[in-house]
Amino acid sequence: MKTLQELTAIKEEMRREMALRLGKEADGAKYRKHVLMCGGTGCTSSGSMKIADELENQLKAKGIDNEIFVVRTGCFGLCERGPIMIVYPEGSFYTHVKMEMIDRIVDEHLIGGKPVKEFLYDETVTEGSDDIKSLNETTFYAKQHRVALRNCGLINPENINEYIGRSGYEALHKVLTSMTPEEVIQEILDSGLRGRGGGGFPTGMKWKLARNIVPDADIKYVCCNADEGDPGAFMDRSVLEGDPHVVLEAMTIAGFAIGASQGYIYVRAEYPIAVQRLRIAIKQAREAGMLGNDIFGTGFSFDIDLRLGAGAFVCGEETALMTSIEGNRGEPRPRPPFPAEKGLYQKPTILNNVETYANVPQIILKGAKWYASMGTETAKGTKVFALGGKIKNTGLVEIPMGTTLREIIEEIGGGIPNGKKFKAAQAGGPSGGCIPAEHYDVSVDYDSLAKIGCMIGSGGLIVLDEDNCMVDIAKFFLQFTMDESCGKCTPCRIGTKRLYEILDKITSGNGELSDLDKLEELCQYIKANSLCGLGQTAPNPVLSTLRFFRDEYIAHIVDKKCPAGVCKSLLQYVIDKDKCVGCGMCAKQCPASAIERTDYIAPNHKLASFEINQTKCVKCGACMAQCRPKAIGKQ
Amino acid sequence: MAKKIATIPFTGTAEQEQELRATIDALREDPGCLMPIMQKAQEIYGYLPIEVQTLIAEELNIPLEKVFGVATFYAQFTMSPKGKYRISVCLGTACYVKGSGIVMEKLEEALGIESGEITQDGKFSLDDCRCVGACGLAPVVTINDDVYGRLTGSLKEVQDILAKYAD
Repeated sequence: MKTLQELTAIKEEMRREMALRLGKEADGAKYRKHVLMCGGTGCTSSGSMKIADELENQLKAKGIDNEIFVVRTGCFGLCERGPIMIVYPEGSFYTHVKMEMIDRIVDEHLIGGKPVKEFLYDETVTEGSDDIKSLNETTFYAKQHRVALRNCGLINPENINEYIGRSGYEALHKVLTSMTPEEVIQEILDSGLRGRGGGGFPTGMKWKLARNIVPDADIKYVCCNADEGDPGAFMDRSVLEGDPHVVLEAMTIAGFAIGASQGYIYVRAEYPIAVQRLRIAIKQAREAGMLGNDIFGTGFSFDIDLRLGAGAFVCGEETALMTSIEGNRGEPRPRPPFPAEKGLYQKPTILNNVETYANVPQIILKGAKWYASMGTETAKGTKVFALGGKIKNTGLVEIPMGTTLREIIEEIGGGIPNGKKFKAAQAGGPSGGCIPAEHYDVSVDYDSLAKIGCMIGSGGLIVLDEDNCMVDIAKFFLQFTMDESCGKCTPCRIGTKRLYEILDKITSGNGELSDLDKLEELCQYIKANSLCGLGQTAPNPVLSTLRFFRDEYIAHIVDKKCPAGVCKSLLQYVIDKDKCVGCGMCAKQCPASAIERTDYIAPNHKLASFEINQTKCVKCGACMAQCRPKAIGKQ
Repeated sequence: MAKKIATIPFTGTAEQEQELRATIDALREDPGCLMPIMQKAQEIYGYLPIEVQTLIAEELNIPLEKVFGVATFYAQFTMSPKGKYRISVCLGTACYVKGSGIVMEKLEEALGIESGEITQDGKFSLDDCRCVGACGLAPVVTINDDVYGRLTGSLKEVQDILAKYAD
């Protein structure tokens, strides 16, 4: 493909076919309906690809495989309800799809034209009415604003033509044929796009530095950080699985802007579907002439290779990532020199996160002004969040910067399940902090969160309710950073271990009040002296919980109680002797033989009740799970 | 954490070596080729025995220490193969107080290996694990997907269980 005409021809043809998926009637379209089946990691794990195969078999058997088109897409976002299936043009939203449901969906909906109401997402169905809402009218989707995720769950990620049908590679053409590298950089600067991986550094500034700082550099590199390692974060995985070409196009644009001809994507090996789709995408892009020599006949050449990580969290740090691409132990190195000056193989390098790249083609096509019109004064555009924890709609959402936490959790996320109360949201994973209920209305953007000692981070958002212990959460993250510390610098290697030990001491009921001062002092020391971002941010979960939930620390230390009932050493399992029927099931189950019969017989009961010997109890909870009259409780 | 190094003899075949050499030849021009080669080598052999690391080091003309350093840094690389049957002994609190430590000792005795190792015939590998959440069945051992609970810790019992995996 060498000209815009060829690109436009493919686009127009694909548009006709894909119009159905935008809810439009399409003239001359080959198929009557498109059935989209989620092929993201979440839905695939519950067998969505086998369901898609079954669907295709049934369509063939029933002779309508030339009328109905089955598309395996990337992630739709509402992972909680997977496997997900959407039927277009009506946008019928089937959730928790099972093999045995396919028969009825084919007969009643795809042939009969009547959606199977009981299989649809409950919010789209109204009792006693035939009106069925489409996917886009549900609260989960209606409030979202999809830029980085615009193609996820809409196109087949393994078909470059579907990407082109959504204006794919048009931005690259525009850049190569009508813009100078300086203009491209200016556009990105004007858009206000900031790094989406956690740092929040202005992307355009990074590109400008890499273009100018070493004027006579012969080789430069463009890297993509797809080593998403925060527990609970899967934004980048979903983009790679659902829309891999957007990353390739953006990296090529970046290559043109800074004057590089080689790119590397560093992706975790734990994301096999993303790796496979990237491999297919790179091959297709090369065949189509979107990667390689003389792209669009402009003389500009750029190629991209994949590098697989091997299970080291620290490789998400930029210098460690580059050291790892070079084939070494992935240890970070001091900055300066910054990668823009001396990065991969000591050459000027830019490294951006997957989600950051996913915004670039749209900024080029629609303009910096359009992008900057979304978000807040200092944080432009949208951000993808991975909602998890105690929230109804676990999944992926993209919203304008500056949306309040309350809107994200209560409206898009559907609130907290089981009538529990919101306690805090943990943002930014092991590098971040928590946002307590008193800041529920905080605007979610870089600066507002920084003001309360928290950060957006890469976009993991874990919701905690009253049953979560904040000291235990801090301990969980410290265990993670302690395990993942690469060991190169002392403050991080030894400091995180000591932090963990103090937290462990507190949660096991041996804490002293002076430990709180020690924690704070040690946190400040680790922050100030660690070599890389991993160590510098590792104390954040401790500092943040100390700031907002100091009373919980004090309850653990002074009262020897865990208010949320999580920390096992501070718990007691107790049998209510008047409820106990004396069946002895608990004593049989007890692995520590800690439960014995007493002499006490409760009124109306025939057998003597049991009691737990607290010195023998190992707090496994097996007794409570077995007790039918529910006479055993935690204190 | 320190990595266990395999104690069973290396049994690589000529075909495996040929495949590895072909991989190295295809990638050697790339300055960052070490990790992709090691990933492929682990795919070929199932683990990275010192013989394979030595071959890679010699072929690339780099110190063995560098290959070893990379192998120990990343969690994904293993220097000990996993057996056909992977035995995990739960050393969580509940199992431990019910004597899973003794069960581990008996398994070590019956198999003639230590935790983290694999038997000479490659059939069994033995590891400890954290709580598997079956405290009511303590002490618990899992072999691939099978769960064995309420073990007494006798050698006979352990041998009877292992006998079920005779094939």
